[in-house]
Amino acid sequence: MIRRNLPFAAVAVAALVLAPLLLEPFRLGLLAKYLCYAIVALGIGLAWGKGGMLTLGQGVFFGLGGYAMAMYLKLAEAGPGGLPDFMVWSGVTELPALWAPFASPVLALAVAVLGPAALAALLGTLVFRQRVRGAYFAILTQALAAALVILLVGQQGLTGGTNGMTNFFELFGHDLAEDAAQRGLYLVTAGVLGVLYLAARQLAHSRFGRLLVAVRDGEDRVRFLGYDPALVKTVTFAISAGMAGLAGALFVPVVGIISPALLGVVPSLELVVAVAVGGRHVLAGAVLGAVVMGYAKTAFSERFADGWLYLQGALFILVMTLAPQGIAGLLARARSGGTRLGRVRRARTT
Amino acid sequence: MSAFVNQLPIGLSIGAVLLLVALGLTFTFGQMGVVNMAHGEFIMAGAYTAFLVGDLVLALPAAFLVAGVMGLVLERAAVRHFYGRPLDTLLLTWGVSLVLQQLARDLFGAPNVQVPAPSWLAGGVGILPYNRLLIMALAVAGVVAVWLYLNRTALGRRTQAVVQNRRLAATSGIDAGRVDMLTFFIGSGLAGVAGVALTLIGPVGPGLGTYYIVDAFLVVVAGGLGQLRGAVLAAVALGLLNSYAEFWSDASLAKVAVFAVVIAFLQVRPQGLFVLRSRVLT
Amino acid sequence: MRISRPIVSAALLLSLPWSLAACGSGGGPAAAPDEIKVGLLHSLSGTMAISEVTVRDAELLAIDEINKAGGVLGKKLVPVVEDGASDWPTFAEKATKLIRRDKVATVFGGWTSASRKAMLPVFERYKALLWYPVQYEGLESSPYIFYTGATTNQQIIPGLDYLKEQGKKKIFLVGSDYVFPRTANKIIKAYAAANGMQVLGEEYTPLGHTEYSTLVNKLVQARPDAVFNTLNGDSNVAFFKQLKSAGASAATMPVLSISIAEEEVTGIGVDNIAGQPVAWNYYQTTDTPANQAFVKAYKARYGAGKVTSDPMEAGYNAVYLWAEAVRKAGTTEVEAVRKAAPGISLDRPEGRVTIDGDNQHLYKTARIGIVQPDGLIKQVWDSGEPIKPDPYLKGYPWAAGLAAS
Repeated sequence: MIRRNLPFAAVAVAALVLAPLLLEPFRLGLLAKYLCYAIVALGIGLAWGKGGMLTLGQGVFFGLGGYAMAMYLKLAEAGPGGLPDFMVWSGVTELPALWAPFASPVLALAVAVLGPAALAALLGTLVFRQRVRGAYFAILTQALAAALVILLVGQQGLTGGTNGMTNFFELFGHDLAEDAAQRGLYLVTAGVLGVLYLAARQLAHSRFGRLLVAVRDGEDRVRFLGYDPALVKTVTFAISAGMAGLAGALFVPVVGIISPALLGVVPSLELVVAVAVGGRHVLAGAVLGAVVMGYAKTAFSERFADGWLYLQGALFILVMTLAPQGIAGLLARARSGGTRLGRVRRARTT
Repeated sequence: MSAFVNQLPIGLSIGAVLLLVALGLTFTFGQMGVVNMAHGEFIMAGAYTAFLVGDLVLALPAAFLVAGVMGLVLERAAVRHFYGRPLDTLLLTWGVSLVLQQLARDLFGAPNVQVPAPSWLAGGVGILPYNRLLIMALAVAGVVAVWLYLNRTALGRRTQAVVQNRRLAATSGIDAGRVDMLTFFIGSGLAGVAGVALTLIGPVGPGLGTYYIVDAFLVVVAGGLGQLRGAVLAAVALGLLNSYAEFWSDASLAKVAVFAVVIAFLQVRPQGLFVLRSRVLT
Repeated sequence: MRISRPIVSAALLLSLPWSLAACGSGGGPAAAPDEIKVGLLHSLSGTMAISEVTVRDAELLAIDEINKAGGVLGKKLVPVVEDGASDWPTFAEKATKLIRRDKVATVFGGWTSASRKAMLPVFERYKALLWYPVQYEGLESSPYIFYTGATTNQQIIPGLDYLKEQGKKKIFLVGSDYVFPRTANKIIKAYAAANGMQVLGEEYTPLGHTEYSTLVNKLVQARPDAVFNTLNGDSNVAFFKQLKSAGASAATMPVLSISIAEEEVTGIGVDNIAGQPVAWNYYQTTDTPANQAFVKAYKARYGAGKVTSDPMEAGYNAVYLWAEAVRKAGTTEVEAVRKAAPGISLDRPEGRVTIDGDNQHLYKTARIGIVQPDGLIKQVWDSGEPIKPDPYLKGYPWAAGLAAS
């Protein structure tokens, strides 16, 4: 047990103690952003890596969480009876009823997590019952992301349109501009990620997790054994959506903006890429991938802007063709001289 | 009232555009189960071919060849290692699509280029301009050609045999690898043809493919995998839906309505309009 | 979970570049004593790169020219170029980097309203300066932003004045679905109501929309005297192609556009848009000595085939205006520059521009032009003198209530 948790503890110490000490505030803020993405990636790792559900619409859930949080922040700033800034310049004169509940931070947070989970559960119930899976499911979730972006953009008075929401000053009384607040947010994000990672690992090792992998590898066989694969998938999908929602809620105060551009087709796909690069069959790989890709994007775009698309595309092609198990797979191979890879490779990768 | 009546041909012409961009996918996705996210970039390649050739009529076969060869290369170099793993191909080809977009940006520049429409396409019949009619004609011709190929040629029948039972087909002496290559060539080539047609109505730039890719997949998904008639019906239905939904509300809501209807429709018919009957179980 | 052991090594590997980044550039390299660092923050990749790269080029040209003429306060300007990647959070992130790590004296950047809104809190938080070069929807006046493009009363309202003068009574509004067109159309509707014009319809399409047959059908049925077009980007190409093939022409149904400049005309196809009116403050053909020099210098540097456009000119001006304010203040210190800036008046390619002290926008001359068969734009109307910027439209009684606060 101790041996098993040692690596996790090491990473946790590095993330919680060393990073805030070593990194300047600007870089720490970036790391916090990557960790938000890592939380989404963890959910994708569960749904896709363990459950075989390739979700190309995780940005939808991330966005819902982010918007819920942003609505709370905007209302808290506007004060009782006040209107968020973008409503003023959108010509909205009265607070829309949809916004009212978000004045309460507890409710807003609850919506940020449970809203996406409920939406995913609904979609999952509809889709998995009908045995829509594989590429069909992927394309449907992608269409969902495209549709949500159009909806958000179209309802400018409610959502801030393409601009989204920005200009947040304080969270629970803390001035977000302060480096201390940013450090605090970083620690909270890292903590949440750690807890969620442990929980997800626990889940993956439980009976339910084994069932999930079985569904991935042979859905019909699981059904013949008397289980309900649709239920297993729906629950997992809902959990991963809830994670994405929570990540979105953390992202908003960390980065200071939420906009439709953050949750469309491309960012959703980029996260899946990150998971693939990190190694989809290992939850830690998903987390690692999100941080690595986030860092790579920043580092590369600071040096050669145009090269980023090439690099991202090429990296992707290389990982898919040469190392379908991602970085985690390569590391595992390096450690065990190839024997483990044989085992991992036998796992079906659809 | 006449505006309402006008929406009927408009819907059909939107359907024709959808059908044209999705037709190639009925091959690569429908026949082979390969989710080719670079399909949009093959469309883009067709459009840029039209820009380089400069003549619409000559551009059609040229674009078919250019996009077809690009597809062939993609299939040989990468996709063939991924058969049976559709989700991996999806991500792989998305990487390819990113590279192709940036390549187009470097080769042709980021701004849109202009492909002049031939003068004989000026004018129109009623609400439909000649260029829309040409696109409809191309879509019909494409469907007929694909149908003839699949059902009336030896190669086409082999393709169908491979789709229905790969191992049995291989045992019967069909070179499945060659059939795959050919199928990918034709599917990608059709994307090139669509690209030429799109220069008549839309922008020609590096982002061209991204505007159509999601719609194209929706058509194939709603129509049923590998089903030509399904794709035709789905394209027309979605075109009409789009046309009337936009007429009564606006373009944003029309797009959302299309997505919603497809998702709802799959509840009723999860395998699309038409299902390929098969006893094979996963 | 045996596999997670390698994760440690991976995490350590990962932290390496981080610590390097932190050590190597703790606080960012300071500028040399005879240099002033300025940030240029535009999208160099993604959908907006088409437009924004040209603005960055114009700004680089201005920086070069100023350096050749001896620099500012005896120091050379050193541009630090960053990529906003057509992604609004990236703009905020890079703005933070430019201010906090590179410690630039000022930033020139942005194009879309969304990118400006995303950067605004960053500049206000760190009390740094942003020069924003594009026409926009107004209703904003940040103490840390200078707006060198037009606000609504310098482009949209003159455009409407022009249509009114032309006797256009029934207009139809077409726009992309985002903040600028929606705000513009609110202003247009209020103007129409006060000026006896009739708005026959108001339609929005998603950004990147390419299917305009239904919209064109609505236009053909409504038969407006003119269309007011606030579509953005690639949508314009599809719209004008499909409008033209439906048989509409500039003679029967002129389409006044406010987001189409010389750059965009080629992509749309001159055939499809020739004869249509556009509203801006500057055209490549604008006849001033400063403009002849600007066009010549730009073509010499970037190629004879290149065109100049309004946002490029506004970006080019921004650098000169900032340099002038720094000279007047005798320092690059932000508050001093802000105090020195109001009232600065220069002869620029578009004519005389003056920084307004009330809202940090510019006095600008409004111009209506017609797209020519050679792809350039010929001016047919102007406002006669520079118009005082009025981002909240306080000087227009009919606009009362548009901006609630």
